[in-house]
Amino acid sequence: MNNTTHFAFFDEGSKKEIRRTTLKAVAIPGYQVPFASREMPIARGWGTGGLQLTLSLIGKEDTLKVIDQGADESVNAVSIKKLVQQTTGVEVTDSTEAASLIQSRHRIPEVPLTEEQILVLQVPTPEPLRDVEASEYVTKRLHAEEEYSGAWLLLFEQIMKYGKTATGADHPVYVNGRYVMAPSPIPRFDNPKMHISKALTLLGAGREKKIYAVPPYTDVTSLAFEDYPFVVETFASHACHLCGANDVFLDELVNEATGKAYYQCNDTSYCLDRLNSQEQVEVEHHHA
Amino acid sequence: MREEPILHVRNLNKQFGRGCVHCRDKTKRQLEKNYCPTCGTVYACQDVSLNLFPGEILGIVGESGSGKSTMMQCLYFDASVTSGEAYIHNGELNGKNVFALSQQKKRYIRNNKYGMVYQNPVNGLKMNFSSMGNIAEKLIAAGNRNVSSMERTGHQLLEHVQIPLFRSKEEPQNFSGGMQQRVQIAKALSNNPPILFLDEVTTGLDLSVQANVLDLIKEIQREWGISMIVVSHDLAVIRMLADRTMVMLNGSVIEEGLTDQILEDPQHAYTQRLVYSLL
Repeated sequence: MNNTTHFAFFDEGSKKEIRRTTLKAVAIPGYQVPFASREMPIARGWGTGGLQLTLSLIGKEDTLKVIDQGADESVNAVSIKKLVQQTTGVEVTDSTEAASLIQSRHRIPEVPLTEEQILVLQVPTPEPLRDVEASEYVTKRLHAEEEYSGAWLLLFEQIMKYGKTATGADHPVYVNGRYVMAPSPIPRFDNPKMHISKALTLLGAGREKKIYAVPPYTDVTSLAFEDYPFVVETFASHACHLCGANDVFLDELVNEATGKAYYQCNDTSYCLDRLNSQEQVEVEHHHA
Repeated sequence: MREEPILHVRNLNKQFGRGCVHCRDKTKRQLEKNYCPTCGTVYACQDVSLNLFPGEILGIVGESGSGKSTMMQCLYFDASVTSGEAYIHNGELNGKNVFALSQQKKRYIRNNKYGMVYQNPVNGLKMNFSSMGNIAEKLIAAGNRNVSSMERTGHQLLEHVQIPLFRSKEEPQNFSGGMQQRVQIAKALSNNPPILFLDEVTTGLDLSVQANVLDLIKEIQREWGISMIVVSHDLAVIRMLADRTMVMLNGSVIEEGLTDQILEDPQHAYTQRLVYSLL
């Protein structure tokens, strides 16, 4: 009997099962593979799907980055980071470039990912057809028969009601021209980043017990009608009040004193990087 | 020359249950009504055959439990058949038994060749989506990806079934029963299907609305030349709509002919009872 301690919270059996599921998910891009979601020390719906993927993949040489809605320091990101670090001893980082494994909630980092990196996304509702069809039995069949009029219908209804596709997040995508996938609640702004991405993207839904994936260099097309093309959020008329960036996803914040809106980078580590490099330039310039 | 039927159904059988030694053999089958007294297997449709000719309305009457709705559900692929064949003579489907096709193909037929109006609008409509969205659903399923063209078609159809345009973005759950039924008809017609199924469309509607819906169906048939199968237990509906009529009893067709002939000169004892109970 093997009496050595297991690495990274999970026992070997759990890791094996989740890795097998992941392999199947990578083999069938966009297909939701069911798996036996484990009981985790955080509550279901708080990133257990992503956490399980992270813990099954992480090795001693990995560097981990955890983001929650673009921020590295929010409570959820910090507690997940702590848990993984205490059970594995791996290094954690805020820098997107330095990380080999990135677990994220609701955002894809602004810095383009590389072939050496894996992006893990936490998913609340993996089923893009859930709003039109409540039954899992039926949605499974609809996926099998490639019958996605329900997903299109949801967009059509938005156009009828608001005059445009109003998906704030989780805009459905075709993966590899076959499966329609809910890309987790990332803003539309991030959808194009999945297309022909160099990094492997894994999506885990702990409560719904599903894992699915977008392998590197895979076609990802956002659903859009001929006369209502897919558009991302644009912030051209605004800029981050800290670093001045305007080609990234910005948060709208309100100055309580004046009641005026101001904007700030949603991806905090990207913003910090820009500020640091600006400072670097200033310092070099000053001393030169 | 006799015209070719647009829909030809041969020996459609539908049973609920596995059957037993007492009922599995068709020749020795001794059923109480249409179910086996030994094992309880229900033989809902037994060797139903029919022809639907282009532009005609075929009425199907029978008491409740006679298998008329089950037959319709089988033809519309809502239920699977136990055995039997059906052929649609339209375009690329010539000569193919549609019951043997794949699920995708069946879905294609449902979206492009068929229209269905259920007795209960809840089955045919998505009640929490706008009426326009409901019509668009069928167009989207048939491959349309152009919002303005779908909106145009939707407006035309809703106008045709007399739904005021300012209510087109409203959900059918806010509509009256008659309006819901008319939205369902508009949805069924959205892809210009050659075949339309109507399952007890007027049951549960009050008389003036009934007349309204029947007028609409008659008008659609005159203008668009769609072939229809109308299931009803209401002989008045059948008399008004159907060119030919089939009478079903306990899952079998017992009489078939021109509607006037069936109603004026019924041959089978059951049909006679049915017709005289009305008069």
